[in-house]
Amino acid sequence: MTTTPDTSEVPHYPMARAQGCPFDPPPELRKLQEEGPLTRVRLWDGTTPWLVTRYADQRAVLGDKRVSADMTHPTYPRQAPGNASLSFIGMDDPEHSRLRRMVGSAFMVKRVEAMRPAVQKIVDDAVDALLAGPRPVDLVEAFALPVPSLVICDLLDVPYADHDFFQGNSKAMVNRDSTVEERTAASGALAEYLGRLVARKIENPGDDLLSRLGEKVKAGELTHRGATEMAVLLLIAGHETTANMIALSTLALLRDPDQLALLRDTDDPSVAVTATDELLRYLNITHGGRRRVALEDLEVAGQLVKAGEGLILPNDIANRDTEVFTDPDTIDVTREARHHLAFGFGVHQCLGQPLARLELQIVYRTLYRRIPELRLAADFEDIPFKHDGFVYGVYSLPVTW
Amino acid sequence: MKVFVDEDRCCGAGSCVLVAPDVFDQRDEDGVVVLLEDRPADHLHAAVREAAGVCPAAAITLDGTA
Repeated sequence: MTTTPDTSEVPHYPMARAQGCPFDPPPELRKLQEEGPLTRVRLWDGTTPWLVTRYADQRAVLGDKRVSADMTHPTYPRQAPGNASLSFIGMDDPEHSRLRRMVGSAFMVKRVEAMRPAVQKIVDDAVDALLAGPRPVDLVEAFALPVPSLVICDLLDVPYADHDFFQGNSKAMVNRDSTVEERTAASGALAEYLGRLVARKIENPGDDLLSRLGEKVKAGELTHRGATEMAVLLLIAGHETTANMIALSTLALLRDPDQLALLRDTDDPSVAVTATDELLRYLNITHGGRRRVALEDLEVAGQLVKAGEGLILPNDIANRDTEVFTDPDTIDVTREARHHLAFGFGVHQCLGQPLARLELQIVYRTLYRRIPELRLAADFEDIPFKHDGFVYGVYSLPVTW
Repeated sequence: MKVFVDEDRCCGAGSCVLVAPDVFDQRDEDGVVVLLEDRPADHLHAAVREAAGVCPAAAITLDGTA
């Protein structure tokens, strides 16, 4: 960014959360939201893109064709050094849409709904294993991570037996403090692994998502590398986010026993549905801000954003906008919060959201009912939060019952 | 109320199907929106309005206030 008269007063982004308030956006971010629509922030590399804090402005920018999600654009406001390729997430239309539609059918609502019995079985088995296992137990390792990993392995036909390998590399990719070398090595290892699986599926296809990518490669619509990048994206996005959401929302509910009781004790299945969107709204999981770069001069809430300038749109603060959500810092599992921005907005909005919602609804309907005595087995102050992650959550969650 | 969908804009996020399954569906090959009812019954109007509001790609437009 070149138009920076005085950077001494420009706040750094991302900002730190307040001590003892791990579920709330950083206080500085709230202050900036109250003060005005746009402000400049300084990133790790010294650049000073625009920060957009209000819900309506974020929706407007993310829905605007004049902004780009191209991570290779020279002034794209990157989260960290390195050039990790995240397939269509980092592309613009029409190529973004062409690639996204290749895998769209797997995540459409009726296909995902048809997975309900299989996902319920995975969750039931995981709870059986919890109940048969030792106490206390780390809920992240024993439940939150295996459930979505098993689901995405099923969808992609990736052997779950390799979970240590792909979970470890995925962890290195989403850790903000990983060095460029570590991140490159992790993404390289995953790409090599999934590239081999795609090659095998081209030879010997089945009824799974990797085979569908293999078909596209065979038909000349996708390069082998393109298929591999997409597979890496689906595998990481398919388990990392949901796993963090399961653990973090369980912790938030354990800290809010009235809301937990409301969700656990009702026979009305619609409460698990509203609770899912409410907890997504409240917790977000992705806290690094959506990132875009302006391709043309445009006005956002009265502020001129020039072509080439970066934009950061943190959904965690937009989802606490009092213009949109009444009493936004409170969890209300019966709230109608489907319009939250936890999945983003615009054409890049999370493709896997029907599957994420299904998994969370089933977990919320099952885990707390089958283990009604579930409680923390550590001091809240000692729970390690992922302040250093691109995906927020907890590293471990010791629980007992 | 008359409902229009723009298949080119649609990104297949499926929000409309979750909100108003009697009015919207997705096509099998790529998850792009399929309009089931372009003149939905009165009791569906609120859901259709919500579907248009949550569509991330602005692919649903409504005509008429009835």
